[in-house]
Amino acid sequence: MRICLLSDIHANREALAACLAHAKTIGTDQFAFLGDLVGYGADPAWVVDTITGYCETGAICVLGNHDEAVFTEARADMRPEARAVVEWTRAQLDQRQRGFLEQLPLQVERDGMLFVHANAWAPSRWDYIASPFDARSSMAATTCRQTFCGHVHEPQLYHMGADWRAGAFTPVAGTPIPLGAQRRWLAIPGSVGQPRDGNPAACAALFDTANRSLTYYRVPYDAAAAAAKVRAAGLPQNLGARLEAGQ
Amino acid sequence: MARAALAAGSVIDGFRLEEIAYRGGMATLWRVTHADMAAPLVMKVPRLEYGEDAAAIVGFEVEQMIMPSLSGTHVPRFVAAGDFTTMPYIVMEFINGPSLRARIDHAPLAPEEVAAVGAKVATALHQLHRQNVIHLDLKPSSVLFRANGDAVLIDYGLAHHNQLPDLLAEQFRLPLGTGPYMSPEQIYGVRNDARSDLFALGVTLYFLATGERPFGNPTSIAGLRKRLYQNPPPPAALRPGFPPWLQEIILHCLEVDPARRYNTAAQVAFDLQHPQEVVLSERAARTARDGIADRLRSWLGSFGAGRVVHSSVADHLAAAPIVMVAVDLMPGMEALGEALQRATRRVLAADAGARLSCVSVLKTSRIAIDSNVDAEGRNLHVQRLVELKHWARALGLEPARVTFHVLEAPDPAAALVEYAHANQVDHIVVGARASSAVRRFLGSVSSRVVAEAPCTVTVVRVAHNERDAG
Repeated sequence: MRICLLSDIHANREALAACLAHAKTIGTDQFAFLGDLVGYGADPAWVVDTITGYCETGAICVLGNHDEAVFTEARADMRPEARAVVEWTRAQLDQRQRGFLEQLPLQVERDGMLFVHANAWAPSRWDYIASPFDARSSMAATTCRQTFCGHVHEPQLYHMGADWRAGAFTPVAGTPIPLGAQRRWLAIPGSVGQPRDGNPAACAALFDTANRSLTYYRVPYDAAAAAAKVRAAGLPQNLGARLEAGQ
Repeated sequence: MARAALAAGSVIDGFRLEEIAYRGGMATLWRVTHADMAAPLVMKVPRLEYGEDAAAIVGFEVEQMIMPSLSGTHVPRFVAAGDFTTMPYIVMEFINGPSLRARIDHAPLAPEEVAAVGAKVATALHQLHRQNVIHLDLKPSSVLFRANGDAVLIDYGLAHHNQLPDLLAEQFRLPLGTGPYMSPEQIYGVRNDARSDLFALGVTLYFLATGERPFGNPTSIAGLRKRLYQNPPPPAALRPGFPPWLQEIILHCLEVDPARRYNTAAQVAFDLQHPQEVVLSERAARTARDGIADRLRSWLGSFGAGRVVHSSVADHLAAAPIVMVAVDLMPGMEALGEALQRATRRVLAADAGARLSCVSVLKTSRIAIDSNVDAEGRNLHVQRLVELKHWARALGLEPARVTFHVLEAPDPAAALVEYAHANQVDHIVVGARASSAVRRFLGSVSSRVVAEAPCTVTVVRVAHNERDAG
């Protein structure tokens, strides 16, 4: 089965549409959305509706912290600009759309694969995986051989051998990586709707369970159009600029 | 990981074990057959007994990860891999040829044989580097030869793939490699420099050419480090009368600072195939071991500012291409000659590591035996070479960056394409004459080169207004 991994879409319609079209060209049997469907971007309703449609036909989707913020009180440690967007987003969504976010699970386990937004050791606390040390904590907290998560916006691949030492690797787009069965792997595809590694193209990944090969992709999309919508919606100005610079 | 002992007749995932082909310290090779596959195969089974070195286990993981990504005549074709969770193995094509290890018993070999074998190994190495893989354990026993003479590189347990996670770099801080062949940077844990393989190639050539290892067979880390500050005895000190060009090539590979070695294996192969074109430096003239201070300074410098290791092997190769310019020196072609100079200058300007090969074809007739002198009795080959060098003068290249070749062939396009193949040329610059009905009908040299070349081709034309002027 070929699973397309899309994370941190952040209400970016242009980026999600480009990734879905790209998934079709590379061949995809299944989608996994790794959380943060909304927040930052100008099209939360379209993004939620689109992903709702995919879930109705079997796609996996887990809850992200920005999704949670829509139906709970904002956390004290949330950045002011993020909080402003949460307020705005809440107003854009109708009852049904908010209800979809509310029923999302924190994690999904399937055939030895774990899908979770932030990490496996405490999915609801939203701690980031920013180092091999963090990655090891997460890989140690699950029996799944492969963990797919988001939250961190830069594409990254962690692995851990029998001696429990974890290594990190920054993937090269387009090169299939065989995920050997003798170690554990934690793959972060990077953000669809708000890439932050200096490359504005959307991030995506494809995992082929038949040969356990993982390929990272960068999908160019009309970031200028998405940025213009962010500005037109009256959202914080720097959010638009970030999209165009990929930062 | 406990499992029953393997025996002839056992069947694993459809592969039937026939007999042991080789029993090594790290792995056992079984000849195997499969009902659906006619080709001769071997199964490599690692010796992973209780208490086995962790590096050996990870090394086998590395080999399982890298081998399926490789292709071409210079690697064994990957067939299948077995999971560690049941039984780890790799099935690959059986290479029914001798190992370079066998030639060591006959060393010192004649310089011509060293060059011929070295060029084959360097060619294989370049093809590996083009696939983003650095071998990091090159030595005579990791080189086999196919029946057609092509070198095949085996054993990827210590290799580094530039676009895949490096499982070894993460886990082991001790130097990984084979003592006599390990590059200085490998001793310090650097695993992403393709030029490390050129060092090992230099050690191999030295061993074949002299019968001695240039840095002995050290067994301690301190012993390994000696190569950082002590030059090897020059081959001429061991074998009086050793050809200076071969000493130049070998010692060039053995430079302690990777930046002072050849840039690419293709360049080593090129020099080994064209001894008369090798520019001799002080290395060629050494007759005794010396230069300790130089070597140390060079080593210190290599960790100082300006050390460039490209993050991708492909980028590193791209920065040091072999550029070939096909120069037609017929009278009346002066404008095209100048246009070729301008185009060549532009191509070379992009990459500081580029080397230029200036090639001209002396067309011979297919049937008659041509005279090799012109009406005035001048040797045509020599005359063409003189003209070619004159043409290249305007480029102002330092001698080490440019070589000259006059090919004699009845079919210029075929000769140029064959030259590009044999020398792993990355970019061909070729002139095209003005279009004419005849050339459109028969096909021009440049269009055939474009169609058949194994690499990028730039076709240079004289601009219309220049041609039509007057």
